[in-house]
Amino acid sequence: MSRLGWYRMIVVVGLTALLEVLCLAGVIDKITMQAPHLIIRDLFRMLVSGRMNAAITKTLGNTLLALVLALGVGIIVGALLHRVRTLRDTLDPLFATYYAVPVFAFYPFLIVVFGLGDLPQILIAFMLGVVAVIVNTLTGLDRVPTVMLKTARIMRLSQIDTALRMTLPAAGPHLLTGVKLAVAYAFIGVIGSEFIMSRGGIGYEISFAYANFDNATMYPLILLILIASVVINGGLSHWEHKLLARRGMR
Amino acid sequence: MAASQVRLEGVDKVFMAGTPPAPLHAVGPIDLEIRRGEFFAVVGPSGCGKSTMLELIAGLTSPTKGTISFEGTPIAGEVPDGVGVVFQDDASLPWLDVRSNIDFGLRRSGLAKEVREQRVRDVLKLVGLSDFATAYPAQLSGGMRQRVCIARTLVMQPKLILLDEPFGALDQQTRLLMGDELLRIWRETAATVFLITHALDEATMLADRIGVMSARPGTIIDVVETRWPRERDSTIIQHPEFGVITARLWKTLRGESLKTMRTGVVADEGGG
Repeated sequence: MSRLGWYRMIVVVGLTALLEVLCLAGVIDKITMQAPHLIIRDLFRMLVSGRMNAAITKTLGNTLLALVLALGVGIIVGALLHRVRTLRDTLDPLFATYYAVPVFAFYPFLIVVFGLGDLPQILIAFMLGVVAVIVNTLTGLDRVPTVMLKTARIMRLSQIDTALRMTLPAAGPHLLTGVKLAVAYAFIGVIGSEFIMSRGGIGYEISFAYANFDNATMYPLILLILIASVVINGGLSHWEHKLLARRGMR
Repeated sequence: MAASQVRLEGVDKVFMAGTPPAPLHAVGPIDLEIRRGEFFAVVGPSGCGKSTMLELIAGLTSPTKGTISFEGTPIAGEVPDGVGVVFQDDASLPWLDVRSNIDFGLRRSGLAKEVREQRVRDVLKLVGLSDFATAYPAQLSGGMRQRVCIARTLVMQPKLILLDEPFGALDQQTRLLMGDELLRIWRETAATVFLITHALDEATMLADRIGVMSARPGTIIDVVETRWPRERDSTIIQHPEFGVITARLWKTLRGESLKTMRTGVVADEGGG
């Protein structure tokens, strides 16, 4: 591990240790928070018992679905907009201000239209992520050097070959930025909406446990979300780092 | 001298450019024959449409008027088989190592894997990159990356190689050495070479014939024969004829370059 990596580790371990001491010393009382070692123990027990499996599966499944939708639709729409200049110029200001709109505000409307099932949650997560994918796809396509597209024509590649073998890898690093954002937004969208109104999922379980002063369930679930997002994001970042290093962009 | 391989007859190219779009006469009329196996260079003031002419011959763009034929067949807005192009800008693919870069175009040729590997090995040797087969472009110098692009073109065994200021971004010494390599490759492959350059000495040193282009709209105003032996290298710059030819090129070009400077139309269409 690098020197900075060790520093980061020390910060995380140090803060956890501080929390542990504060909890054990009674500065933070038990109703407010459990000691970190208890949270880890409870998370372990929870996973072994399998009582949260349904909630975890539902949340992860919906997140994955929203992610795939956001990526699929985002990349296709981005590629189409890249070709239709007027439409793109028309929509550009909309994309620029899109994230100023709290998508969660549409939740009541989505429930009225789609009911109380999983669909509104997936749609919120999709809506959060899709524009980030569109914007990064457009940036990626803009950055494909003209000389590479000319090279594709010299090599007499078909349109599909050009898209898959030239444009896609050339725009790759930007697309990956879109993927990273979409992953984060998918999690935020799904778990966030589970908090507001849902009959299952990790977000719902956390909010249910909170209402019942059930710290032994609430904190382990929060830790689980933390671990999941750190692992997924870390994996993607690692991959991105390798990709960029190969291209001399790091 | 062998028969003509490329023939341009009354070729004109008019672009719509600027806001609001207005017609811009980029090149023409051009009448030119390039002979099979010769090394033909084009020099001209910046913005005279040199690159446009190359793109016309490559089939990357269609002429507004006139016809261009390659090996007797008209080029109709599509890149003909047997034509390779090396651009000024680095066109190496950063996500592939050197070997895969060179194999990129070959892969869909339908050749057996062993044949392809052998051909890649051969051109790697030809451009002196055998030790860098598994390196990525980011690990190479500008000159080496340009050699990757040349190798990627050569591996397709083109009958006509078009080069658009391929050494423009390199320093003088590297350019001279790359020129030597280009001459060697030209001899060994027997391909026709069409080189665009803004460096008069480069054109004189490398080419059998040099076409001089006018200011925009670019036309060929002079064709100079160098009469160098086929076996030659960069030491030819010591030859007394070298100065004479370069001087003749400059005499023709000076007025044209001044025209370009005075009118201030150095609108750069990608170096040409």
